[in-house]
Amino acid sequence: MLAALSRRRTARQRLTSGLALKAFIYGLLTLGAIVSLFPLYWMFNTAFTPGSEVIKLPPELIPKNPSLENFSLVVKAAPNIWRWGANTLFIALVTMGLHVLFDAMSGYAFAKRRFPGSRILFWLVIAALMIPGQVTLVPLYIMISDMRQVLTEITAGWPQHAMVMEAASNYGAVILPGLADVIGIFLMKQFIQTLPSELEEAARIDGASELGIFTRIILPLSAPALAVNAIFAFQRYWNAFLWPLVVLQKQEYYTLQVGLSFVYRSEFGTNYGLLMAGAAMAAIPMIIFFFAFQRYFMAGIRIGALKG
Amino acid sequence: MECRSGPPLTVERKADYMTKAPQAAPIFGGPLGFLVSAWNRYKWSYFFIAPSMFFFFIFLLYPVFRAFLLAFQEWALKGSKWVGLRNFQDIFFGLSSKLFWETMEHTILYAVVVVVVWIVAALVVAGLLQPLDNRVQSLFRGAFYLPYVTSIVIISLVWIWIFNPDYGFFNWLLGLAHVGPLRWLVDPKIALWSVILSTILLVPGSGVVLYSAAIGSIPRELYEAAEVEGASAVRKWLHITIPLLQPTTLYLTVIYTIAAFQVFDRVFIMTGGGPINATTTIVQLIYATAFSDFNFGKASAEALVLFVIIAAFSTVQFKLLSTEVEY
Repeated sequence: MLAALSRRRTARQRLTSGLALKAFIYGLLTLGAIVSLFPLYWMFNTAFTPGSEVIKLPPELIPKNPSLENFSLVVKAAPNIWRWGANTLFIALVTMGLHVLFDAMSGYAFAKRRFPGSRILFWLVIAALMIPGQVTLVPLYIMISDMRQVLTEITAGWPQHAMVMEAASNYGAVILPGLADVIGIFLMKQFIQTLPSELEEAARIDGASELGIFTRIILPLSAPALAVNAIFAFQRYWNAFLWPLVVLQKQEYYTLQVGLSFVYRSEFGTNYGLLMAGAAMAAIPMIIFFFAFQRYFMAGIRIGALKG
Repeated sequence: MECRSGPPLTVERKADYMTKAPQAAPIFGGPLGFLVSAWNRYKWSYFFIAPSMFFFFIFLLYPVFRAFLLAFQEWALKGSKWVGLRNFQDIFFGLSSKLFWETMEHTILYAVVVVVVWIVAALVVAGLLQPLDNRVQSLFRGAFYLPYVTSIVIISLVWIWIFNPDYGFFNWLLGLAHVGPLRWLVDPKIALWSVILSTILLVPGSGVVLYSAAIGSIPRELYEAAEVEGASAVRKWLHITIPLLQPTTLYLTVIYTIAAFQVFDRVFIMTGGGPINATTTIVQLIYATAFSDFNFGKASAEALVLFVIIAAFSTVQFKLLSTEVEY
């Protein structure tokens, strides 16, 4: 009887210590989440605090008189901010779209087809993964400047098209080098490799065209990898900073990231309410994007890691 | 696909382009015919790789090649001059070499602290998440990953505000404890540490996701066996989880180190490398050499130095990734 009693007590003890452990775990994790999310929270907090109350001690942890004043200020101070948003979206979408298509095509070729040069080309792709982007920064800048020079000379003959040429010169300068990234090729190749070849073979025997095999069999089966490649490409080009900073010459063509750094360096740089409102406007689309595709983000990290 | 009825296929049917030897089309003889039939067999393969290889060659391989040339040249609009190793000599021993070595020190300090803290944090957090149920786990993972999708430019602007000496959140916090105020980003003695602090004050989302996935693939029996022997949660974490996560740890260490060596956006926004070069990192230095001094040759040489460092880490990564752990 004594033994049974003591056994019951240890069971209860274990239960309470289990609860304490759970509480401890939740506490630590919540603390981690609070610390991680603090900058985002603080950005929104300041953005919604009316200008006069931003610089006040003690700071308010939740704005007492929430207002959109800062947002209207930032739109007035940086009237181009909508344009910047449109530029960023345009650049990110075009680069993403072309990447998804091109990477799938070459990923398929490298995974399923053998042709002279395939080994050496894929080896070059792998080798290029190791090269940090900064290596090509200067040569690319020189190349793009030369291309623009040529474009300007052409435009001189058709002044009526100057605007179009200018847009092409700025968007092209960001988009074209973006299409050279190889990480997506690698991702698609690794995924398509795992698809069974029987379907392809069957379709080929049934007389499907090579293009048909790609569009009707490979693409639908690669949907998860296409989605992962798409969202990571979108994130990469939406958040890109150094290269757009270097090549975008006119304010009208800035991306949000470049535009914000420009606002920070202007006379509004110390108006934190305004600055945080601008930052919030730039952050919101990406936050929505994340929640919409959270599943794919998580899957993408894993795929990226498993395959190196 | 797996459950095929009927007799097993013994011979895999391969498409023509995979198995048949190139044969001359009957109309043409000799090398021309060989070329025609080769073209017919491979044209679709080349069609599929053409778009991405076009951009890859023009905007990546060629610039890399140019970078190697530029590093040994003095660039000028009217034509570049070969200068041999002078750019490298300049970097390592020249008048500005002191700045370069300081830059290396900053970058290495940044990388070491950030990588160590991130790895430990990711390990601990993934271990804490392990016993929770899936919905809670993914909720936390989402919270940890959200700051990663936000651009570093935006996050850095917020940190400037948090670090503001007069009205920033941090000095207010310190003030509650009657410490400070600190001039976070303005004081050259602590500016680099402030930048580091802004980097490490978050749970590294990608690491947590990867560790969680790896923990999921550890066989349950190992933990059950340990429980039978009465091992505590901490002991199980120390003696089962951590050793078995070694490949993930190595992988994360390498990608985090590579990323840390390339830190730019946050330094550029928060300090611009200042005050008095106290926070210059290697990419910030490359940027300044290229676009403030317009010394393209030297900037390319500096980029090659970074490349060598990163290539060394990548090589280690590929070596380590090929070793497997057995459960």
